[in-house]
Amino acid sequence: MSKKSWLFFVLLLTVSIALIACSSDDEESSEEGGGEGTAEEGGSDAEDTLVFGRGGDSVALDPIMVTDGESLKVTRNLFETLVEFGRDDTTINPGLAAEHAVSEDGLTYTFNLQEGVTFHDGEPFNAAAVVYNFERWANGTEDKFYYYQSMFGGFSDDEGHVIESVTATDEMTVEFKLKRPQAPFLKNLAMSPFGIASPKALEEMSDDEFGENPVGTGPFKFVEWKRNDRIVIEKYDDYWQEGLPKLDQVIFSSIPENSARLNALMSGDIDLADGINPSDSSQVEANADLQLFERPSMNVGYLGLTTTREPFDDPKVRQAMNYAIDRQAIVDAFFEGSAEVAKNPMPSVISGYNDDIEGYDYDPEKAKELLEEAGLGDGFDMELWAMPVPRPYMPDGQKVAEAIQNNLSAVGINAEIVTYEWATYLEKASAGEADAFLLGWTGDNGDADNFLYVLLDQDNIGSNNYTYYENQELHDLLIEAQSEVNEDTRNQLYMEAQEIILEDAPWVPLAHSTPLLAGDANLMDFVAHPTGSDLLMDVYFK
Amino acid sequence: MLQYIIRRLLQLIPVLLGMTFIVFLIIRAIPGDPAIVILGQQATEEAVAALRETLGLNNPWYVQYFEYLKNLMTGDLGESIRTRTAVNEEIWPYLAATFELSIFAMVIAVFIGVNAGIISAWFRNSWFDYGAMIFALIGVSVPIFWLGLMMQYQFSLQWDWFPTTGRENVRDPVNAITNLYILDTIIQGRFDQTLNVLRHLVMPGVALATIPMAIIARMTRSSMLEVMKSDYIRTARAKGEKMFWIVYKHSLKNAVIPVLTVIGLQTGLLLGGAILTETIFGLPGIGRYIYEAISSRDYPVIQSGILVVAFIFVMINLIVDVLYSIVDPRIRYN
Repeated sequence: MSKKSWLFFVLLLTVSIALIACSSDDEESSEEGGGEGTAEEGGSDAEDTLVFGRGGDSVALDPIMVTDGESLKVTRNLFETLVEFGRDDTTINPGLAAEHAVSEDGLTYTFNLQEGVTFHDGEPFNAAAVVYNFERWANGTEDKFYYYQSMFGGFSDDEGHVIESVTATDEMTVEFKLKRPQAPFLKNLAMSPFGIASPKALEEMSDDEFGENPVGTGPFKFVEWKRNDRIVIEKYDDYWQEGLPKLDQVIFSSIPENSARLNALMSGDIDLADGINPSDSSQVEANADLQLFERPSMNVGYLGLTTTREPFDDPKVRQAMNYAIDRQAIVDAFFEGSAEVAKNPMPSVISGYNDDIEGYDYDPEKAKELLEEAGLGDGFDMELWAMPVPRPYMPDGQKVAEAIQNNLSAVGINAEIVTYEWATYLEKASAGEADAFLLGWTGDNGDADNFLYVLLDQDNIGSNNYTYYENQELHDLLIEAQSEVNEDTRNQLYMEAQEIILEDAPWVPLAHSTPLLAGDANLMDFVAHPTGSDLLMDVYFK
Repeated sequence: MLQYIIRRLLQLIPVLLGMTFIVFLIIRAIPGDPAIVILGQQATEEAVAALRETLGLNNPWYVQYFEYLKNLMTGDLGESIRTRTAVNEEIWPYLAATFELSIFAMVIAVFIGVNAGIISAWFRNSWFDYGAMIFALIGVSVPIFWLGLMMQYQFSLQWDWFPTTGRENVRDPVNAITNLYILDTIIQGRFDQTLNVLRHLVMPGVALATIPMAIIARMTRSSMLEVMKSDYIRTARAKGEKMFWIVYKHSLKNAVIPVLTVIGLQTGLLLGGAILTETIFGLPGIGRYIYEAISSRDYPVIQSGILVVAFIFVMINLIVDVLYSIVDPRIRYN
């Protein structure tokens, strides 16, 4: 090709690129008006399709295989459990089992299953299916069925395994025999990881395949999953509860950035958004097209004091820390009021919560006195660990740490703020390397045991008891409560436990946050559940 | 020429090998245990230990590295720890999303950038020149993150011109064939969807194009000014040739080489710059894919993702080098 024709070719290329660019721009601008029109016309679709915008994607859709909230948020609507939590609390209600009975010794649970339930693949739901699922889990491994191991004390070979046997006594009756009473047993069963899956589908698919093609009995069935983008589920026509679900389709759409997600909601691209920044709540409330939802708190954000490190091995110093920190100011400033000030290690929705406890007031003078008594009248130097990532229970660890630093300096304690990448942070904190660290916890099953025993019992030092706090009296109470079947006696035990914890002060409990969601004003009957997984079958558009 | 291309391709091998090694080492140098990240805070020690064993994390690093290389040779990019799916299988949709966005952004950047640069050089010191160069200065400096949110606010919420996030109307999703949605919708004759996809591309495209556009404009301008001072241009003008042709035909031909280099580099950088744009505009692209992998310590995905992006970067540079000789026959490769 000659020089000239090359030049011509390049020019032609430039011009054609220019034209393409121009024409597509033109089309864009001419389409703008029309495009909106179609979106409006598409309004009839919008009435039975809910687009739920959230921060991240799910990991897998087999509920027993996952531990992340984003997965359970979806599987909650695909699978059902033997007993179900209440609409906005963690009380026990009938689920796939229409009725249940507990023997007096608390060792035998009998479930009469709901008639007429089918799996999404058409298979009937019956006692055999329940037994199949429990056998699958009981013979699993920790990296696969984490929650089974954690809630039922291990697997079939383990000493600590609570479940002795699961048998189908007839077509629609299942009997559980326990090795020892487990007070939160029903609450555990109600957790979404224990959703009953279709045995036929499990037989046909590997665990990983099933995680991408889940088959349950829930009000919605799985349609499509585009990773990091969206998950589509649609109404299951043969759902056993008449008239439900009310929506035809739900699309879970991942938009990682909080502000961008709110923008998408305001423009109508999505109908419901979680992870609303507290600072945006007034904007949502002022907008007549939107409504704000508060998720009841099932979490706690706290400042842990490692009780094996000086000077925090002295309870007086730990109490002084509690007096020195102005929690109300922290909640007002960094949770923007969408949190309640914590006085106990667990939130008030959980039964057994001790509301008689007054907690520590903000009283710097008292703090100084206690430090004086501990022989630290001149104050001391410490490291204060700030969380590097936002969590529902701690939206901005860095700023909270700065406020605490400020409070502490007022009583003569010189705190240096340090932080690490998140995984490292957890690793080092659990190794007891921090003096004082910010952390939190979101409850699994809404039971006191899931907070007090898991986070503060000596059995859990090295795992979730990051403060290395040990108290034999507390340990005895918590172990007793684990097998106490009488609800009132059990709550009494937890109330006593909270008093001990208050006295020993291994933590400065800071706040129980109420995560915020926002939705289209026409969205009806949406209830934000404390567990973080919302059942969408009652939801509809006005 | 063919020989040159083959030689360049062979040179890629040590480059890519070096890259795999560096990426491998850097990732492992970062503290934090993937097993803990996967299982979460609640995990017991035994569970973590068991998972480490299954993932092969207990092997010495060189065993892990050679294992990885061996698999790479057979075209196996590894399996995602998080999703337990082969990276080969799941990477394409993300790549396609980023390709589409980058091409769209590059078309905007090149078209506007080159022309703005040319006109600025042509009418040097005019109001257009000053305006364009101030604009370009702002363009290089503006944080994409901020720009993206502002665009969403103005063009979506205030004026309702474009959708805020995503690649498509989620209520009427595109039936993916190649995962290049513009292509897919055209193949299926769904031109309404093509328009919709384009509308979704405009804001992230412009946000992503801003920096390269500004850089290209500045480079074109200075390169054009240089060329337009030369003797042959004066001759052309003396000949009475129309100014338009002098600029677009005679000058551009010689001025375009450095511009091409910049375009090549910027296209490669776009792949990396896409991560911010993809986060703000909720696009499931390669940047997001790697970002999510980093936060969950998904080693195979990080390694392979970076490797693929690096490979594309190197390939783009190769293409640019080849383009030189096409645009300017004086450049020959032997």
